[in-house]
Amino acid sequence: MIFLTRKAEFSSAHYYWNDAWSEQENERVFGKCANRNGHGHNYTLEVTVGGEVDPVSGFVVDLKEMKEILEREVVGVYDHRHLNLEVPEFKEAVPTTENIAIAIWRRLDGKIPNAKLHRVRIYEMPDLFADYYGEP
Amino acid sequence: MKAYLSRRYRFSASHRLHTDAYDAAKNRAVFGKCNNPYGHGHNYTVEVTLSGQVDPVTGMVCDLGELDGFAQANLLARFDHTNLNTLECFKDGVSTTENLTVEIYRIFESFTAARLERVHIEETSNNSFDYAGNAPAISRTI
Repeated sequence: MIFLTRKAEFSSAHYYWNDAWSEQENERVFGKCANRNGHGHNYTLEVTVGGEVDPVSGFVVDLKEMKEILEREVVGVYDHRHLNLEVPEFKEAVPTTENIAIAIWRRLDGKIPNAKLHRVRIYEMPDLFADYYGEP
Repeated sequence: MKAYLSRRYRFSASHRLHTDAYDAAKNRAVFGKCNNPYGHGHNYTVEVTLSGQVDPVTGMVCDLGELDGFAQANLLARFDHTNLNTLECFKDGVSTTENLTVEIYRIFESFTAARLERVHIEETSNNSFDYAGNAPAISRTI
């Protein structure tokens, strides 16, 4: 099996907040991320898929097709949006880096022809990233 | 759901690769310019990978502020702007980045809010080192 990784970038706003908690509790747990005016990041997404190399094309997947899938399923939905207010999966779940990795996995799983989704890695900043491998 | 969280920290330190077990000629032969008696230095990047179930309420594997606080107290305060050779952990061992990686793995084993998976250290942009403890290697290597 060969693994192939494609990157994409998007820029989004978010905040961390749990409605079930008081303002003080949100600020204690989430710190400055709890500012309800929001803040934002340039996210870098790395999607790794595994598969066998097609003997004729030499591809695991068609990269331009993968680029289009990432654009349609993720970048087009998240880029220049407020994750809490405009992206349905974060109406309930806090848009932490961990939850964004899981949400992107769910958006992409089963959508990439001829390859198996192996890993979703999302960088919130160059010094902070989360990985999700579809594990329960 | 189990997710992996990685955080990078940076510190700058000097060191010299040298062992009393070798004579001067052999130290120079084995360690080359890293054996310069006056030492030299690096900007080290430490990448720590932790895993755990994502808390359904907070959405977190662990509290990042807590992790950063731990790293500040136990990693950066201890190593940044030091000469590694003068530290207790290198009293009997060469201050290679292999040994440094194992030492920093041991330090983060004490951070109990999530499971430590791996410590990755970049000594320069061309040299990097990984240690995942003595446990069998996990398949998550890419």
